[in-house]
Amino acid sequence: MSRVPAWAYLPAALGALLVTLPVLGLVAAIDLGSLPTLLTSPAALDALWLSLRTSTAATVLSLLLGVPLALCLARVPRLDSTLLRTLVLLPLVLPPVVAGLALLTLLGRRGLLGSQLDALGVDIAFSTAAVVIAQTFVAMPFLVVSLEGALRAVGDRHEGVAATLGASPGVVLRRVTLPLVRPALVSGTVLTFARALGEFGATLTFAGSLQGTTRTLPLEIYLQRETDPDAAVALSVLLVVVAVVVIVLARPWQVRR
Amino acid sequence: MSRTAAAHRRRAAVAVAGLALTAAAAGCADDETTLTVLAAASLREPMEQLAADLEAEHDGVEVRLSFAGSSELASQVLQGAPADVLVTADEPTMARVADAGLADGAPELVATNRMTIATPPGNPSEVESVDDLGEDHGGDLDLVVCAPQVPCGAAAQRVAETAGVTLAPVSEESKVTDVVAKVAAGEADAGIVYVTDTAGRDDLDAVEIPDRLNTTTAYPAAALTGSAHPELAREMTDLVVADGAGEGRGRLAAAGFEAP
Repeated sequence: MSRVPAWAYLPAALGALLVTLPVLGLVAAIDLGSLPTLLTSPAALDALWLSLRTSTAATVLSLLLGVPLALCLARVPRLDSTLLRTLVLLPLVLPPVVAGLALLTLLGRRGLLGSQLDALGVDIAFSTAAVVIAQTFVAMPFLVVSLEGALRAVGDRHEGVAATLGASPGVVLRRVTLPLVRPALVSGTVLTFARALGEFGATLTFAGSLQGTTRTLPLEIYLQRETDPDAAVALSVLLVVVAVVVIVLARPWQVRR
Repeated sequence: MSRTAAAHRRRAAVAVAGLALTAAAAGCADDETTLTVLAAASLREPMEQLAADLEAEHDGVEVRLSFAGSSELASQVLQGAPADVLVTADEPTMARVADAGLADGAPELVATNRMTIATPPGNPSEVESVDDLGEDHGGDLDLVVCAPQVPCGAAAQRVAETAGVTLAPVSEESKVTDVVAKVAAGEADAGIVYVTDTAGRDDLDAVEIPDRLNTTTAYPAAALTGSAHPELAREMTDLVVADGAGEGRGRLAAAGFEAP
């Protein structure tokens, strides 16, 4: 027996169409004959390879920094402040160009930190490192927000029991806390990777666009649109396929609780 | 279903209906005529003045301007974006639109431009010539240019080829204003941009490219076949002519563009 009111079906169907039809339109627009040529051009392969490398690096960096951050926000009473949480999650809602500008003001060659680094001979601007930083900046909050929510939801009772049984904080984290929130950790990681893969505005503003160095797949698509719409469509579908694969790969862990 | 819930639902329904009515009213046509003009990013200031000129001469006419890279604007027109006038930064880009039968009559050249090397104020990297931008000189000079796919990038490429230099940029942008922004912010040490981009700016210096190496780019303007106001669209394209010849206003000449 359905628990959904009858009136909900129509808007639900419209909503589903709104998010699925454009992607189907993209697939329908593929020029199958020239697809292999378009997808194996050096520029396309460079962009795909760069995207996969930078997104993976950004995801690893997000895990290394984001998991402890979520733990502190969820478990340290003194850090349980709305202000702090708002600041940490701000990049979720910042327009990408604003994110890029913000990164420039800090890490650009004339930025607060960037000018110091420049003096030391470290030049972040226009490098692959700049792409990874931009992606981490916009993607890590996804991991933090899903993990922190899960940590609050499972509560700290099990952790307390483990601690009274003599487990050190490190053991508690490894053997109790993280297994409890594993579904959220996996889905957060997938979201982070997907967001990093799609990053466009901050990368363009902060890192620039150069084949093989900073021109990720979204930037390549943007440039291809200028001259070769078919190539842009083909690359877009490639990005959709990568995104679908990522989501599918993450599913088994999400289901097994 | 409790009574308060029912009341809530009624109120929500009334609110939604109200919103829908407001939205419908906002979508109603007003008695303003709107002319949409798409122009290459490098034309921003003179085009804004020309739009004001046209609005001043016609009551109830509002000009909407959209600035982007020429190739992007051409793509928008080819995709059926509603627009009345298109001005691009080179002829091949306009040809894509004209060949698709979307230009009303033959596009007319309205201005020409030249390239220059933009540097941050004071030229900290001491760029003196196009040679200094080559990969053999590169070292740690951060050069930003437009991508070869867009007009300003094709022009930069021509300059480099004439000079026998292989450019080694750290970034290839999709529109000239992005190159200008990166140089003005000091993120890049040099950029190849239009002469008009550096004119009258105190956050940029220019290193001249001599005539024998330089290249001339031409700006064609066209009224578009999809326009609902063909006369007005043609009047706008006439106004653009750089040196004020014919119906032109000379706004582009004042901004440093040359006559076609």
